[in-house]
Amino acid sequence: MSLAIHPATSEYLSLIRRKRLYGGILVALFAVLLASGFRVADDRNAGGFFEGFHRILDFPTEIFSEAATNWRNLPGLFVQFIPSLIETLNIAAVSTLFGALLASLLAFLSTRGLALWPRMIPVFRTSMDIMRAVPEIVIALVLIFLLGGGPVPAMIAIAFHTTGALGKLFSEAAENADIKPVEGLTSVGGNWMQRVWLGVFPQVAPNWSSYALLRFEINIRASAILGFVGSGGIGYDLKTALQWGQGKYDQVVAIFTLLLITISIVDHFSDRARARLVKGGNSA
Amino acid sequence: MKLQVINVSKIYGDRAAVDDVSFTLEGDGFVGVIGRSGAGKSTLLRMLNRLTDASRGEIRYEGTDILSLRGAERRAWQNRCAMVFQQFNLVPRMDVASNVLHGLLGQRSTLTTLFNLWSEADITRALEILDRLGIAEQAAKRAEALSGGQQQRVAIARALMQDPRIILADEPIASLDPMNAQIVMETLKRIQTEDGRMVIANLHTLDTARRYCDRVIGMRDGRVVFDGTPEQLTAGVARDIYGADATFSEAATSTSIDALNPDTDYAVAMLGD
Repeated sequence: MSLAIHPATSEYLSLIRRKRLYGGILVALFAVLLASGFRVADDRNAGGFFEGFHRILDFPTEIFSEAATNWRNLPGLFVQFIPSLIETLNIAAVSTLFGALLASLLAFLSTRGLALWPRMIPVFRTSMDIMRAVPEIVIALVLIFLLGGGPVPAMIAIAFHTTGALGKLFSEAAENADIKPVEGLTSVGGNWMQRVWLGVFPQVAPNWSSYALLRFEINIRASAILGFVGSGGIGYDLKTALQWGQGKYDQVVAIFTLLLITISIVDHFSDRARARLVKGGNSA
Repeated sequence: MKLQVINVSKIYGDRAAVDDVSFTLEGDGFVGVIGRSGAGKSTLLRMLNRLTDASRGEIRYEGTDILSLRGAERRAWQNRCAMVFQQFNLVPRMDVASNVLHGLLGQRSTLTTLFNLWSEADITRALEILDRLGIAEQAAKRAEALSGGQQQRVAIARALMQDPRIILADEPIASLDPMNAQIVMETLKRIQTEDGRMVIANLHTLDTARRYCDRVIGMRDGRVVFDGTPEQLTAGVARDIYGADATFSEAATSTSIDALNPDTDYAVAMLGD
């Protein structure tokens, strides 16, 4: 063992000291910004954070106490809202399906190393950025104006946003896929469709489906919200129940309970589906 | 130092990966565990480190049954019994010195280690160990930027940082080219003789076992079928360990035994003589 201190030791020590200094400065800066930012935000508030904080539970308490007095209505309300819940679920499912299909195509076209036309990658990327940037509710409002209220505008709006969101996630998953199988398929003379479908898709399928299932959960919520602007489904019922207040809070509780149960069920089944896909993925 | 393995088994489903294995190791020394893939060598080493739980049996170190340790006591044992892996198992995106300092995780507080706040004494010691293994210049580089042989030496440095009595090495050279394999084996031998530690290494090849080991344990289908000195490891014994027939050739094992067994007939058929 050499007893003299190796030059690399002092070099490394000074490097570590520098790193710690920078890290400390950054943490201090962050703390200052956070504190001052909080003051600015609180000043711009109509009320005040600390004055209003203790009242944060008032509204939920009102809802729950009213629902508790009318608890006998709840089972009937569950049954009453199930058709509109199904409509909401249908909007979410169809838009997730179409969004995911379009997203997979765009993902392959915009992934470095896999793209059919590498020069076009920025075009596809930007188009997905635009799809993500426009909120669902804006598209839905425009389409409702053009096509009239109903589930179709909501479906198109959600599918549009889903394409952009999933396309980016899909493309990132595809970027991390192993390129060796693709090289193998290129070496036997496979064309682009064959290489992508047989070489990359089996690798990314578990990841993609798990993203798509997560998106399905998000879309259930999105399609419920779009009911507020007139696309039907359970969101419309929720808006009515919340809007006229007095005496309808039992409906609000029923709707939220239904949504919670639905999302739990979707989560449970998508978990199992994902586990199965990951296990059986190597035979695909 | 005394390490007793007493009737240890590991059952996966209805198959025993390690089947009623017993042996005793005393003092320091270089112990090689040989056998073909799937013979239970890795499982045995992983049970010694408590990475894998045993199904039955006892492993006694200085009288304590390490298989019954839980929680902090188990982690304390893992800190005294270092492990080196075939695929190095470093954190690829952290620098080399930090990877070596990870050897102290069991001895320092969680909060300081999470923020990578090591004392200068610890850092100096880590660099000394790296210098001893000839890779001090790489200290600030990311682990993933190093060659396989260098990464394995970083892994050995991490093990040395733990200052363990026992170093377990699971196929330490199976992913390395012959030159780097030799450097890594020489390093392991050096830290065993110079520091008086015990090294237990799973080895793939007979010639490596003969060259570096003081004692060789041969495993087949989860059982110990040979336990003796390298001199006692004759071609006949090797045939028994690897379950090979008379076509078994010693030279072929110095690269890989796996390819040999199913392929000899095929090769003869293809060559037509």
